[in-house]
Amino acid sequence: MLNLEYMWDLLPVLLSYLPLTLEMATIAMLFALVLACLLAVIRVSRVPLLNGLSLLFISFFRGTPLLVQLFLFYYGLPQLVEALVSINGVTAAVLGLTLHFSAYMAESIRAAIVGIDRSQTEAALSIGMTQSQLMRRIILPQATRVATPTLMNYFIDMIKATSLAFTLGVTELMGATQKEASSSFLYLEAFLLVAIIYWVVVELLSWGQRRLEVYLNKAYQR
Amino acid sequence: MISLEAVTKRFGKQNVFSDIDLQLERGEIIVIIGPSGTGKSTLLRCINFLERPESGRITVGDLRVDAQHATRADILKLRRRTAFVFQNYGLFANKTALQNISEGMIVVDKMPKEKAHARAREILKRIGLADKSDAYPAALSGGQQQRIGIGRAMAANADVILFDEPTSSLDPQWVEEVLNLMKQLAAEQQTMIIVTHEMQFARDVADRVVFMDEGQIIEQAPPDELFTAPKDPRTQRFLRKILAPTGQTVP
Ligand SMILES: Nc1ncnc2c1ncn2[C@@H]1O[C@H](COP(=O)(O)OP(=O)(O)OP(=O)(O)O)[C@@H](O)[C@H]1O
Ligand SMILES: [Mg+2]
Repeated sequence: MLNLEYMWDLLPVLLSYLPLTLEMATIAMLFALVLACLLAVIRVSRVPLLNGLSLLFISFFRGTPLLVQLFLFYYGLPQLVEALVSINGVTAAVLGLTLHFSAYMAESIRAAIVGIDRSQTEAALSIGMTQSQLMRRIILPQATRVATPTLMNYFIDMIKATSLAFTLGVTELMGATQKEASSSFLYLEAFLLVAIIYWVVVELLSWGQRRLEVYLNKAYQR
Repeated sequence: MISLEAVTKRFGKQNVFSDIDLQLERGEIIVIIGPSGTGKSTLLRCINFLERPESGRITVGDLRVDAQHATRADILKLRRRTAFVFQNYGLFANKTALQNISEGMIVVDKMPKEKAHARAREILKRIGLADKSDAYPAALSGGQQQRIGIGRAMAANADVILFDEPTSSLDPQWVEEVLNLMKQLAAEQQTMIIVTHEMQFARDVADRVVFMDEGQIIEQAPPDELFTAPKDPRTQRFLRKILAPTGQTVP
């Protein structure tokens, strides 16, 4: 039935590609967070012109499949911009993941910002704080706390989504599995193993997420 | 030392008030009373530019701001000289009591953190909450939160503190401690403009009571005079309505 010995030998091989997967997800997450905060603030403050552009951006990246976006960046854009011909798969994947997830995250952060009662904004303005001091010191710290569980979900989604990078020729966890499987012909073993690896990583993160939520719910309560 | 000249505020087509004039001296305490929807809150908010008046001039000490030409810098300066106490406290939920008070000193006045915290501790002592310095607003009673709100206004070292119904959201058991703190400020000659429905308090601390109705200042006089011998029929009607349930009589 299952060739367990093969799976056992394959495990360290596949695990050696896990860091790249986590790295891509983490970097994309950090960029996406910054971009999402920016988009959310623009939307909430209704900055003229930029607000319209943000809406368009969010609508496009939520309205089209991630795989299509990745192909667009990796295969499509270089045709338009000469300098991008040398874009490598990892960069294209991180770029695509960043833009795609920032669109979703912007909406959760926006909702969290809008949920903070208006009186704090007025109080901050009344003592002479500027709009940006208000955002940085009062609103965003609270909004990111409120949005953290949702943002963690997006991070988990992001880790799974890095597997699409293999379609751009990146040998990350999924790409490596694909290669191993096609040389051994033991497809079931290889893909089952990689599924388990993703699963365990996600479970670990979910556990961390629950701990974090308990901690966050207690914040500002003392 | 504080004056409003011809201040006009509209919301869309609705004229809340036009050409309002009001003067007060340093150390003076004014209480504004009047029916709901008259524009009392809006007037206070205009002084601090939480609402931008359509026109008029606001002078605080040597700072004179013309609503039509006010720049961002003017507005920030004016806000630092006019502190605001809100009905719903408006405390920063992510900051402790101490930080709520020191925030403006650190961020707006650019005071070194240690110095700002030392001053905030002094203020906490004056408002009787020295032991709550590290508590977050969620862990404080309504009365304590509003006292922190007043402490934050004190920290601004403003020329005038504006109070918009500071006790209206409070459970009855906390009203007294907040009014007492305000009386303490009054005794220290803090200039204040207070919108309130607490008539006894108005009698006790106000130097002058201003009655507003439908966007106009109808009548203003020291409390003894306004409460016992109101001149305008609208003032009489309002006082009769509001004082009747308390058993006080109005001539
Ligand atoms: N942001 C706003 N947009 C539109 N209209 C407003 C706004 N704020 C206040 N108003 C209107 O302006 C008028 C004056 O309101 P304001 O809150 O100043 O009255 P008030 O005297 O403080 O009343 P209350 O005693 O109920 O607090 C009201 O008709 C109100 O509906
Ligand atoms: Mg009001």
